[in-house]
Amino acid sequence: MLLSALIGTLEQGLVYGIMALGVYITYRILHFADLTVDGSFPLGAAVAARFIAAGGSPLMGTVLAMAAGMLAGLTTGFLNTKLKISGLLSGILTMTALYSVNLRIMGRANIPLLRKPTLVSWFGERGMAPWVLFLITLVLIKILLDLFLKTEIGFAIRATGDNEQMIRSCGVNTDGMKLVGLGLANCLVALSGALVAQYQGFADVGMGVGTVVAGLASVIAGQALVRFHGLGWATTGVIVGSLIYRVAIFAALRLGLAPTDLKLITAVLVVLALSGPVWSSSLAKFGGGKRRATNIPAA
Amino acid sequence: MLRISQLRKVFANGSGVEMTALDNISLEVKAGDFITIIGSNGAGKSTLLNVIAGVYDVDEGEIWIDGVNVTNQPEYRRAHFIGRVFQDPMIGTAASMTIEENLAMAMKRASRLGLTPGVTPRDRSRFRELLAVLGLGLEDRLQEPVGLLSGGQRQALTLLMATISNPKLLLLDEHTAALDPKTGEMIGELTNKIVKSRELTVLMVTHDLRQALEFGNRTIMMDQGQIILDLQDPERASMTVDDLLDQFEAVRGKRLLDDRVLLVR
Ligand SMILES: Nc1ncnc2c1ncn2[C@@H]1O[C@H](COP(=O)(O)OP(=O)(O)O)[C@@H](O)[C@H]1O
Ligand SMILES: [Mg+2]
Repeated sequence: MLLSALIGTLEQGLVYGIMALGVYITYRILHFADLTVDGSFPLGAAVAARFIAAGGSPLMGTVLAMAAGMLAGLTTGFLNTKLKISGLLSGILTMTALYSVNLRIMGRANIPLLRKPTLVSWFGERGMAPWVLFLITLVLIKILLDLFLKTEIGFAIRATGDNEQMIRSCGVNTDGMKLVGLGLANCLVALSGALVAQYQGFADVGMGVGTVVAGLASVIAGQALVRFHGLGWATTGVIVGSLIYRVAIFAALRLGLAPTDLKLITAVLVVLALSGPVWSSSLAKFGGGKRRATNIPAA
Repeated sequence: MLRISQLRKVFANGSGVEMTALDNISLEVKAGDFITIIGSNGAGKSTLLNVIAGVYDVDEGEIWIDGVNVTNQPEYRRAHFIGRVFQDPMIGTAASMTIEENLAMAMKRASRLGLTPGVTPRDRSRFRELLAVLGLGLEDRLQEPVGLLSGGQRQALTLLMATISNPKLLLLDEHTAALDPKTGEMIGELTNKIVKSRELTVLMVTHDLRQALEFGNRTIMMDQGQIILDLQDPERASMTVDDLLDQFEAVRGKRLLDDRVLLVR
């Protein structure tokens, strides 16, 4: 009983880890707080569920979901780079618009996928638990992402997040790099949404609420736990963070917290993590210690 | 090589007050020219370099480089053939990325980026050779993040990055001013060495009048958005700092104060 609950928790950690990698791309690499995620996650679920419910192949539905997610990211990028709307607001606008779009795609607020062939059921018929599917997908994406970030375009995207002036004076169109990064990130987020829908057996128009904060919690937790330098470790950290985050939620529920309080708890945790530098410096001042000034970037 | 005609650039501040940063500037630069640019604070020196690089659009006038009208080209496109070093050593490099990654991005300034590895072993050996010339030991630290380097080391690296692909034009904006005197001297010497060996065309803004006369083959002086003096070798070669100050006074009827102050260091 406990074992199967733990496996379920790890499965969630893995499948939401794909979303967390997307958040990692925008938040840590591009330094772009992208709220599109709360809309592109259910978008992925909606596209996949609608396609599968209508009798389409689950693989095709998942691929379509990724394409839709990419479009959502590109929309935010367009608002930000071409129409010069702030990054935060661009994401909010796309997210809000996506709520209507998702309802349009689904045609109603909820699409059940019971007894429909899904990627999860395809694995199940071959005797494999969902975590096998999620683990394969996640590891594959992690490896591809690590490789991508070491390519010329990967360099340019990282530099765009680090020092836009510098990379522009190296001849790179930084607007283009932001579009690529946002598109890629939301493609992963939508993939995660599509897999979650197939995993839980339904898509719901409200399933995106709090996604970006959960993603941030995973990214931040991973960064705190995996402190080795280098890109391969950073993405490993995100995955570890996602697993830890789901375990923490599992533990909180076990301790008797209501599921409806989880988003509040997550938000508080993220606030604490983000304000960590403020706390530690005022603590250090309080204790008379010297504040450490390091200029060593974490990414 | 570089031809600037009747450039005007007006900035409007928040309350709508207009400030003419460049006032009818024309300049002809020959290939291989090394021009030093002096002038008091707010004279428009940085703005001139910025409009040449495409950071700002101009209000009037044209900029031609090697027979191509680049006036409306975006900054990133002009960066394919323009190298820059700024005053602030932090601006020229990406701190979270390694030395070799920074160099690789600079080296590819003129090429289309793809999905091939950003740094190859061949690049690495080339970077090692180039870094060895700096004499700072950076050739053994290729995979360290640039954020670990000192300001002087970062500026030396930026200089290398700005020149690695033999740009048509090198723009230096007080690139030694934020460093301590000894490091500044070192970056200055390095600049001369690199520019000479590659026969680059250079515009270098400096606050140091002595440096302005020692470096390059031509000196222009700016004031209130205009070029007020244009000194070329050989007459320039025999000039002293005091001659420069006198010339400024003769043209403008006032002393070039802040540069005097900087000279005393
Ligand atoms: N981005 C900007 N916005 C508004 N005003 C500016 C801007 N850049 C420069 N200026 C103004 O233009 C004038 C020339 O500035 P600048 O070119 O930086 O001078 P210099 O480099 O010779 O010290 C100054 O009055 C400055 O305040
Ligand atoms: Mg200036």
